Amino acid sequence: MAKKSVWSDNRFWQRTAAWITGFASVLLIWLTFDTSAQISMGNDSDLKSGVTKRVPGPTVINYKITYEMNKKRQHEIPVIGGMNAEGTSAFQEKEKFFGRDDWSEEEATELLHLGKLGSQVKNCMNCHTLLGNGAYYAPDLTKAWLDPAWGPTGPMQALTGKSTKEEAMAEFLQNPSQYPTHARMMPNLGITAEEAKGLVAFLKHMSSIDTNGFPRNFGKIQGAVNGK
Amino acid sequence: MANSYLTSESKKLATWYFTVAATLFGAQLLFGLVAAIQYVIPGFLFEILDFSVARMLHINALVVWMVFAMFGAVYWLLPDETGIETVGIEVGKLLFWVFTAAVTVVVLVYLFIQVGPADATSIWFIHEGREYIEAPRWADIGITVVALGFVANLFMTGMKGNRSGIVTVLMADMIAFAGLYLTGMFYTDNITVDQFWWWWVIHLWVEATWEVYVGAIAAYGLITMIGAHRKVVEMWLWIEVTMLFGSGILGMGHHYFWIGTPEYWWEIGALFSALEPLPLVAMFIHVLYDWGKMQGEESAKGLDRSVITNKPAFTWFVLNAFGNFLGAGIWGFFHTLPQVNLYTHGTQFTSAHGHLAFFGAYATILIGMMYIAVQGKNGIKILNNSTSTIFATSMIVGGVVGMTVALTVAGYSDVIISRAQMGATWAGYFDAQATTWLTQGMVWRLIMGVITFVGFFFLAKDLLTIGKSNIHVR
Ligand code: HEM
Ligand code: HEM
Ligand SMILES: [Fe+2]
Repeated sequence: MAKKSVWSDNRFWQRTAAWITGFASVLLIWLTFDTSAQISMGNDSDLKSGVTKRVPGPTVINYKITYEMNKKRQHEIPVIGGMNAEGTSAFQEKEKFFGRDDWSEEEATELLHLGKLGSQVKNCMNCHTLLGNGAYYAPDLTKAWLDPAWGPTGPMQALTGKSTKEEAMAEFLQNPSQYPTHARMMPNLGITAEEAKGLVAFLKHMSSIDTNGFPRNFGKIQGAVNGK
Repeated sequence: MANSYLTSESKKLATWYFTVAATLFGAQLLFGLVAAIQYVIPGFLFEILDFSVARMLHINALVVWMVFAMFGAVYWLLPDETGIETVGIEVGKLLFWVFTAAVTVVVLVYLFIQVGPADATSIWFIHEGREYIEAPRWADIGITVVALGFVANLFMTGMKGNRSGIVTVLMADMIAFAGLYLTGMFYTDNITVDQFWWWWVIHLWVEATWEVYVGAIAAYGLITMIGAHRKVVEMWLWIEVTMLFGSGILGMGHHYFWIGTPEYWWEIGALFSALEPLPLVAMFIHVLYDWGKMQGEESAKGLDRSVITNKPAFTWFVLNAFGNFLGAGIWGFFHTLPQVNLYTHGTQFTSAHGHLAFFGAYATILIGMMYIAVQGKNGIKILNNSTSTIFATSMIVGGVVGMTVALTVAGYSDVIISRAQMGATWAGYFDAQATTWLTQGMVWRLIMGVITFVGFFFLAKDLLTIGKSNIHVR
């Protein structure tokens, strides 16, 4: 190093590192405040008064949920309680969940709590992905509630001998290795009837979260062309 | 430790940390193999040691052995950098035993209790069921205490002794590293909020604080192993910190595309994470350039000998430069733009990237540090490769690269069939799993995993015996 130049001065680079890191951190914290406000969980009155939240309140389990292509956003979005003229949630149409569509805020919150806690304790994420994150040994659960496999035309209701989606799911979760769909099976995790109910509520709630169109084309195309 | 050349207590403690780290590395590979066998033979250990348990042990052992080796490497270099014995070394030793005991209990509970009822006691005493940071809450608190003790020792030593650029970077980096762990400790019913903060730990560890840590360790290695000039090395280090934090902190947006977070993360995540490979290129050039330069100075003097004083360690440092760039830089960039990630999100491709990145960026350099410790402990001037070094290195590297290739190929049918065509349904998932690319990919991953595992035994043998060999210059 013949002549001293700022570009070869360690102090200069140390200060640059500190400033850039500080700037990025401040920006991240600022965005975190904005995002936190947008992803906080809604409540029952939001649903009743037609306020769309990215993460709706637990009583969303009282409503019918679908996943529809939205013209404006150019991808699918969760539609709660039927669709309005703009192609978004109308919050009108109800759907019975374990025989009721009048779960109170308190009851629904408790059920969701049991389900979310159950999803952690039973380690779902170490086989499945949730919102796309987790393990790759079993199907993604983001929109599992809306999967045609559990619907009236799918195989799972007949397999478990139940006549509704939620009952079929709950039955499967309690005795998964009794209802194998493939050689790769889900193990018995000691899930009780009450825990299973909570887990299904958790899945139904998760399907109502606005995930910016992930997964794309969910359940729209049947019968893939595969590489066999 | 009968015939040890070590006079520094800090370095002795470092060797303890390295010993536990290497053992856990073996455990990591063992449980990875169990999970890999289950992909090929689904009935293997079914309802005895299920995939979820094997995988949890695999990735937790991974994180924990790396943290052990990271602490060890700091205790190793502190006396060299600061010129004094580490302050608070007795507390450091006590914390080492606390940490080791806690990890042992956690592993035994994972193995033998596995799952509990859906209540808070399970979260406190069994596991938290959140990938990579499953440790139960009691252990979280224990780990936090241990990490704070470690950071305190580092700070006190840095303040009292000579605070080099490397030590300054480590001080700032390790406090962020410990602090970030706290953001992953709370419980919420809101899965979106849950994953938002979960990434603060995972992403801000591996793509920010751990990368900076690697920059600092590489700087130390270049100075000690090839005699690179401190002034130049430390200037590079500050430039790397600038680029790593400048891109990596906001690059976190690439995990906020689809978890319920707002759309603006598409642009922020895409831009900043696309910049993340840049510092990795810089680090790559830096290592090879310094090596060439030092060797050139030697040749200019008409001398024919190598400037490298620790051949195995330097090999692993160079592998780190390659592996970091390929695994994190290239495989990471592959799926980091939202228009790609919409389809690759949560597939075998993610796993391909996860393997090459963790291995290339961290396993390599930490194994290199273990060889530096072997050299120091045995008072060796120039440590040469043994036959086992060659076998260990080529089998482990060949095995992990092979697994990555297998997973990348498997990833294509996973992405195209289960995501792009059928939109992640149950049926779509299993259609993809049944394709030839995926089933054969899983077989190849298992074969390559076995090769990696055999390589590990050569590594263990080499670390235990190479110091006694007479192939070195003492
Ligand atoms: C014997 C060699 C190994 C085998 C057989 C193996 C096998 C596996 C398997 C089966 C999984 C679960 C993937 C899934 O959820 O579908 C996994 C995950 C993982 N392994 Fe390994 N592994 C091995 C070595 C390694 C090494 C050396 C590293 C890094 C240093 C590593 C890092 C990881 C990571 C980060 C994950 C999580 C990946 C993700 O979720 O995307 N593994 N491994
Ligand atoms: C050494 C540094 C890195 C390590 C150890 C690492 C490791 C990982 C792991 C283990 C995952 C999977 C997480 C899971 O299980 O859900 C992941 C995901 C991801 N990584 Fe990295 N990574 C590194 C650097 C990078 C870089 C530099 C980029 C971008 C240029 C990148 C882009 C991504 C993306 C986009 C995902 C999400 C994948 C998905 O949506 O499924 N990574 N990384
Ligand atoms: Fe990331």
